[in-house]
Amino acid sequence: MHTVAGHHDEGKSQYFWVWGGLLLLTAVEVVLAYKQVFQPIQMLEALMILSVIKSALIIGWFMHLKYEIAAMKWVMMVAVCICLCLMCVFFADAFRIVHLGVK
Amino acid sequence: MADMAVHGMAGEFEPSLFGTYSKKIGMWLFLLSDTLTFGALLFAYSYGRISNPDWPTPFHKESIINATIMTACLLSSSLTMVLAVLAARRGDKSWTRNWILFTMLFGSAFIVLHGMEWTKLIEEGMTPFKNPWAATVPQFGATFFTLTGMHMLHVTIGVIYLGVVALRKAFLPILLAIWALVFFMTPADNVFHYGVHALLVGVVIAAVILFLKPKDYDAHDVEISGLYWHFVDLVWMFIFPLVYLMSTRVQG
Repeated sequence: MHTVAGHHDEGKSQYFWVWGGLLLLTAVEVVLAYKQVFQPIQMLEALMILSVIKSALIIGWFMHLKYEIAAMKWVMMVAVCICLCLMCVFFADAFRIVHLGVK
Repeated sequence: MADMAVHGMAGEFEPSLFGTYSKKIGMWLFLLSDTLTFGALLFAYSYGRISNPDWPTPFHKESIINATIMTACLLSSSLTMVLAVLAARRGDKSWTRNWILFTMLFGSAFIVLHGMEWTKLIEEGMTPFKNPWAATVPQFGATFFTLTGMHMLHVTIGVIYLGVVALRKAFLPILLAIWALVFFMTPADNVFHYGVHALLVGVVIAAVILFLKPKDYDAHDVEISGLYWHFVDLVWMFIFPLVYLMSTRVQG
């Protein structure tokens, strides 16, 4: 096994902080859901915002995308975000069923 | 490089895409495509959740605690995986293997806890085609089992992948022993009695790779396996709130 030369200098402590942050955010999610702090739609929005923050921490630090060049970050993230946003078109139909029924 | 090979022109090597090695780009592209697979499943689940006011809420306190422990296992496994990558970069073979083994341990704990959760739900009468809580929402079981089953399959593949990177051929008899143990210890009507055959497929694929292309996996391989493992963790960060927390049963 050889070492990878030329990598950024990084301390272990930042990964423990990220891990602690992720556990804390998970605890917040559980409390929000179990105490039913919000109505379902607002709850879904709150949980998704927290999940996106957790994903950013995982992608940025654990997957080391933070340390890659800007072109890689933009190409990867913009492509996947656009594709996922396109899928949101189906939600309009889900709301139609709730408000107008199945026709 | 291609110019030199095809046209006989001497020149400089092409710079690698995004300034990194091609295996890493390959893994990132695979993960992006897999994101769309899970994205489609999560959107299908959310579509059903929004369009059905009678969506069941079967996950009471015990299930939420179980799922929270599963989440903690995956998050901890991501930390140990990062520590393995750092150890590999230092060239510390021993700690690289140890941290990967810790990662596999957390991953295996996740699979066992998830298996227990599935078994309990199946005993309560939930199948991919019906659920005992809301007869008007049969798609709950289908979407739940498809989404969580796909994720569990990814975790299982991840554990096998890490085992191959950490232990190489020594992992094959261990995997076979786990398959035999689960197959003979689970009752014949348990879904995992048959599901465990996925490990046999894993043994065959791992054996083909290990015997046809034997190599000493380096720091790049550890980093790439880490990318896959973190992705599995990442997907769960959306499944946990969408599937479990949005279907929490507070009373009863």
